[in-house]
Amino acid sequence: MEALHVLIAGPAGAGVFATSNMLGKTLLRHGYEVFITNEYPSLIRGGQQWALVVASAESPVYSHRRRVDLLLALDKQALGSNLSKLGSEGLAVCDTADKGVEDPRVVPLPFREAVKELGAPTVSINTVGVGAIVGALGGDVELLKSAVASQFRSREVAEVNVKLAEKGYSMGVELRRRVRFQLKRLSSSRRLLIDGNSALALGLLAGGMTAFFSYPMTPASPILHFLAEIQREYGIVVFQPESELAAINMAIGAAYAGARAAVATSGGGFSLMVEALGQAAMTETPVVIVNVQRPGPSTGMPTHTAQSDLRFVLHASQGEFPRVVLAPSNPLEAYELGCEAMNIAWKYQVPVIVLSDKFLAESFWTIPDLPRLEPEEGRVLRGEVQGDYARYRLTGDGVSPMAVPGTRGALVYANTSEHDEYGFGTIDPAVVRAMQEKRFLKLRSLRAEAERKGVKVYGEGQVVLATWGSTTMVAREALRELEGVKLVQLVWLEPFPAESFAQEVSGRKLLVVENNMRGQLVSLIREHVLRQPEGFLGRYDGRPLDPEEVVEFVKMHMR
Amino acid sequence: MDERVYDTKKRPVWCPGCGNFAVLTALRRALAELDLKPEEVVIVTGIGCHGRMSDYVRANAFHTIHGRTLPLATGIKLANPNLTVIAHAGDGDAYAIGLGHLPHAARRNIDITLIVHDNMIFGLTTGQVTPTTPQGVKTKSTPFGNPERPLNPLLLALASGATFVARGFSGEADHLKELIKQGILHRGFAFIEVLQPCVTFFNTYQLFREKVYKIDGSHDPTDFEAALRLAQQEDRLPIGVFYRVERPTLEDYFAYAMSPPPALRKPQAPDLSKTIERFR
Ligand SMILES: Cc1ncc(C[n+]2csc(CCOP(=O)(O)OP(=O)(O)O)c2C)c(N)n1
Ligand code: SF4
Repeated sequence: MEALHVLIAGPAGAGVFATSNMLGKTLLRHGYEVFITNEYPSLIRGGQQWALVVASAESPVYSHRRRVDLLLALDKQALGSNLSKLGSEGLAVCDTADKGVEDPRVVPLPFREAVKELGAPTVSINTVGVGAIVGALGGDVELLKSAVASQFRSREVAEVNVKLAEKGYSMGVELRRRVRFQLKRLSSSRRLLIDGNSALALGLLAGGMTAFFSYPMTPASPILHFLAEIQREYGIVVFQPESELAAINMAIGAAYAGARAAVATSGGGFSLMVEALGQAAMTETPVVIVNVQRPGPSTGMPTHTAQSDLRFVLHASQGEFPRVVLAPSNPLEAYELGCEAMNIAWKYQVPVIVLSDKFLAESFWTIPDLPRLEPEEGRVLRGEVQGDYARYRLTGDGVSPMAVPGTRGALVYANTSEHDEYGFGTIDPAVVRAMQEKRFLKLRSLRAEAERKGVKVYGEGQVVLATWGSTTMVAREALRELEGVKLVQLVWLEPFPAESFAQEVSGRKLLVVENNMRGQLVSLIREHVLRQPEGFLGRYDGRPLDPEEVVEFVKMHMR
Repeated sequence: MDERVYDTKKRPVWCPGCGNFAVLTALRRALAELDLKPEEVVIVTGIGCHGRMSDYVRANAFHTIHGRTLPLATGIKLANPNLTVIAHAGDGDAYAIGLGHLPHAARRNIDITLIVHDNMIFGLTTGQVTPTTPQGVKTKSTPFGNPERPLNPLLLALASGATFVARGFSGEADHLKELIKQGILHRGFAFIEVLQPCVTFFNTYQLFREKVYKIDGSHDPTDFEAALRLAQQEDRLPIGVFYRVERPTLEDYFAYAMSPPPALRKPQAPDLSKTIERFR
């Protein structure tokens, strides 16, 4: 696959992400498949960050590569520390004043001068830079201008930036013969370039969410920001309370009242929510909990990525109860599973946890339009109830019709202590057993759902590479270079789709790759299908795996 | 309405003479006199002896975990402001493990009523110290006397911006009933601290009977300074309404989402087309 890799680097506050967004949009509007990922420290000022923009005309870009064709450096340090990533044929552009090294690949351009001429603030050299990159790539200047304009809310600022981009573009045109990858306008359908967090938020909305409570925690906060921004358009309650303890209890209260509610956090906030997770299960109140993972233990690395909360969310809380854990790998799945989480929670009146991670949450992928999804109401009673109502009525499948408070003819008693069918507290051994069995009866239907939808397969071969979450995208990228390898993604992690998984891996060599140290999926496989994988590759330095290391790992095991 | 409408006919398992009985009766009578239908009322209770209230009041109810009555009740009210939401907490519930929620419920002025059954002791766990146990008192966990100064809940509520602050006493059930009625009718966060002796682990009936007196008409409940002064009295304990003002509630802020409120909407696929334009 022929692809273009552009690295944008600079100090925090220099607009690295805005730049990658403008470039990404320009490429998207040319009709390219685009992928953007980034790395930054947990600082507001100081410290270096970068964003990688990958584009391809031929096929979807699943993830990053250890490769850079073009580098846009927004200061001297960014140039110095990223030059080593640039290929020998590559090209680096920076402001004239930032060229600290003698290297034939580095082309200094008068970014600051252009900014001065237009009387714009110095930080806007990034817009000149993005213009230069598009110019060098032979892109369409009108598409560049439209992408730049859409980045800024104020019309005045947008106009100045469009001019800056044009200036940069003419500087870049001079470099065309030095850049092999030249852009064309492709005739492809209108698509979206979207990040995992936004897609998940839209999925929750598609699932009928009307109340959202969240205490900010990186990398989950953008979900809160996005929903807060659009809350009035959708007539939903979006609220930031005093803690994650409050957030989840508010969500449970809202759901008990009849509103579809969700919370989002990262591992540290989930730790606080554990207390109420059991309450959601015991009171059979539907609630969706999004955990956007980052490395732990404790505060760990706030702005980095990991898949190390799997075992935690599977077992969190005292006692035994059914729960559902879903893990999307890309924005389209995040959108679909956001809606599905809501539907499953309400259909079965159980807590549903969606496990995302920083790499998925803050990277952008090109996807076709979002499919229309439908929220399913589940067994909710509204209006009027006839006869004797009991919130925890024993039923054939463990799901009791849920009346909302205010319904004529029904009094709804939810109880976090063990209770009888009506909700009254009990310690009667027979009732306790019946209630515990009732709650677990739901597992039967949930297992069937997991077996049906919990496993996705890519490719075919005698070697299986198993993974989950965003690492699936890295593995799909690796798959391009591997023959005879079948990729198996676990979308449902609880209930574990044991039969479907066993079927996919039976008689094949089994390798596992995950973004953690101890092999949490590996241990689940041992537990559920009684198999010890032949190989495991884990990464635990806060970075996603690179496709290159996955290729190497699989090849080593195929020899 | 007949107060028996609010009786689940379950026999309370409190110790004979427990201060909780009076709160139960006062609540049922208040609801009956306000003519509220059980379907319109939600009782939220925490964990502790007081938490059994939800077994005995015939209405909608949520018996939640220790300390979380306020956020839970807030969630219910935000989802459906048509409901009358009354939260019951113990002093351990409200002032120890759940204290982090109280100032916030007060300052955000969510339209719910909080009734704190303050027996100055952990009842259900058989008599340990709480944040309102007087200094020096011997409890199971402070056998040599409580080393800490107690918290003043009324000052805390006032300082946090509660728009209705009152104190009642189990020994004055009729007076308490009136306070609960006023609290429910108040638009905004109503904080009612109830002196509720625990006859088994810290019997304060005698003490309170001597110290308690009713706030009379000379007190102006809109006078914040006067309320602060009343709340600081320790030698004698005033009961009644300390403070009352009107301010916008949290639900008012979400008015755009309330017709119909989130809880009463049948889930529908929203039209996302406008929002996703930004990703093109
Ligand atoms: C997280 C948690 N910690 C501890 C307990 C044990 N516990 C149950 S009730 C209680 C204290 C009850 O005291 P209070 O809130 O004053 O209510 P009372 O019993 O006096 O009415 C405690 C500590 C619990 N249920 N949950
Ligand atoms: S222990 Fe105290 S608070 Fe609990 S029921 Fe007995 S008297 Fe009442």
